[in-house]
Amino acid sequence: MTDQELAHLSTEMDVILNAVARVQEVATTDIPPTSHPLPLRNVTRPDVVVPSLTPEQALSGAPAKEDGRFRVPQILGEEA
Amino acid sequence: MITHSAHEMAAAMAAGEITSEKLTQQHFDRIAEVDAEVHAFLYLDHEGALAQARTVDEARGRGEKVGPLAGVPLALKDIIVQKGIPTTAGSKILEGWRPPYDATIVTKMKNAGIVILGKTNCDEFAMGSSTENSAYGPTHNPWDLSCIPGGSGGGSSASLAAFEAPLAIGTDTGGSIRQPAAVTGTVGVKPTYGGVSRYGLIAFSSSLDQAGPCARTVLDAALLHEVIAGHDPMDATSADVSVPQVVNAARSGEVKGIKIGVVKELNGDGYQAGVRSRFEESLELLANAGAEIVEVSCPNFEYALAAYYLIAPSECSSNLARFDAMRYGMRKGDDDGVSAELVMNITREVGFGREVKRRIILGTYALSSGYYDAYYGSAQKVRTLIMQDFNNAFAKADVLVSPTAPTTAFKIGEKADDPLAMYLNDIATIPVNMAGIAGMSLPSGLAPEDGLPTGFQIMAPAMQDQRLYSVGAALEAALLSKWGAPLLSRIPALGGAK
Repeated sequence: MTDQELAHLSTEMDVILNAVARVQEVATTDIPPTSHPLPLRNVTRPDVVVPSLTPEQALSGAPAKEDGRFRVPQILGEEA
Repeated sequence: MITHSAHEMAAAMAAGEITSEKLTQQHFDRIAEVDAEVHAFLYLDHEGALAQARTVDEARGRGEKVGPLAGVPLALKDIIVQKGIPTTAGSKILEGWRPPYDATIVTKMKNAGIVILGKTNCDEFAMGSSTENSAYGPTHNPWDLSCIPGGSGGGSSASLAAFEAPLAIGTDTGGSIRQPAAVTGTVGVKPTYGGVSRYGLIAFSSSLDQAGPCARTVLDAALLHEVIAGHDPMDATSADVSVPQVVNAARSGEVKGIKIGVVKELNGDGYQAGVRSRFEESLELLANAGAEIVEVSCPNFEYALAAYYLIAPSECSSNLARFDAMRYGMRKGDDDGVSAELVMNITREVGFGREVKRRIILGTYALSSGYYDAYYGSAQKVRTLIMQDFNNAFAKADVLVSPTAPTTAFKIGEKADDPLAMYLNDIATIPVNMAGIAGMSLPSGLAPEDGLPTGFQIMAPAMQDQRLYSVGAALEAALLSKWGAPLLSRIPALGGAK
């Protein structure tokens, strides 16, 4: 982010955090947390091959590609 | 024909009075005429839409049985992926991306013969209540072009009100279908969580996001709801249960003996006078139609907004990590020797807008070790309390009601610099998402003080979506007989048309 964005955001963050901190007023230890509206357990499916994207389709939105793979900037240390 | 409802258009096509190709072209003509003012659309698929229309016309010509919405045009919120069609989610980071697959609901609509005209504008990644956070500029409310059309699905709601499309798809994480419907005088439904597949919906907050139908009438929304609903193995959170009988409910519109609970906490200070008076008037009409009106209390709803602005940003900070400049979308700063991490940072700095950055940072903070229990953990407990409030309330009433939004449409720019004021727009819609239940907004009239539409919200227990349509259709019919004509017949003319 730019310095200007950071300055703006840090003021806003204080205000927003103060407002959302209200949740602590009622969140006592005896209340169980809810992460999701549905009472779902692990959802699995049979392990069978179904049609899916071809490599060309999967690569179609890549900013850079090479030899049928995603081409990415260097991911290890600067000194090669 | 563009001012008719979707089911009237379908009936006219079935009777051979008009072809889908002609109907589709009429809508493109209308868009060409008014969308410079409204800016509901980000992309138009003339070729694909007209080809689909001709396919439906040919099938009909051969005497084949087609679906009840076959040949009817629709506007698709740009947060739903459609194969080969530019999909941006209102963000620069996805500019120019063409998805290699269709969302499940897109597949279902194509199979039903629905004609997708194009992609509609929305707040970036659906984060907002005004469509001002779109990287492609705001959408204007057809009732007053200086006002917001709601958000995040402002493009979808505006396209309906401007007669650019009779049907639209929205997504609702905290009110993004219902609040835009309220401020544009249209109908919008957030189905029960899990009732409509999220496969191909670009994720904002996965435990809250839900796609749903937008239309100008309750029956049209029901017809579209039935097309897109149902279990989808591609979405692990899709509910494997039978689809609620929403079309039957919308056709019967019966409320005799139904208990309607007015949520005390969602109708008081902070709600505009005209919003409240139209709400009271609608309650009276429902009582006259035979419904029993009771008052219910949901004391923990006052914490819903705070909990939402912890849960949604937390989930979004995780979901938006996928925009890493590696596999699709924008990549900036990729000069020789620049590390992948720096490229990712530069891309996100340029690619994400202010509200998105704000929420990613807020969510990251709320999930960070040391703050997790105080923020995200507490918000999850509030979510439990809200669900308990709903359970208690639904023990006393079949449906709950409230105004959809506390005010009518405000001016573009008015709340852009005050995130907390902006977040308040969703105060009445957020509890529904937190509990994963079903909600609808339909027009209840115009506020006397500003002449802008007000919305009436109906809430139903999980997988009882049909109750929304029974009550919604009853209220719609009562209001129609009171007004003598649909609310949208009073909308000011656009583009010098009519």
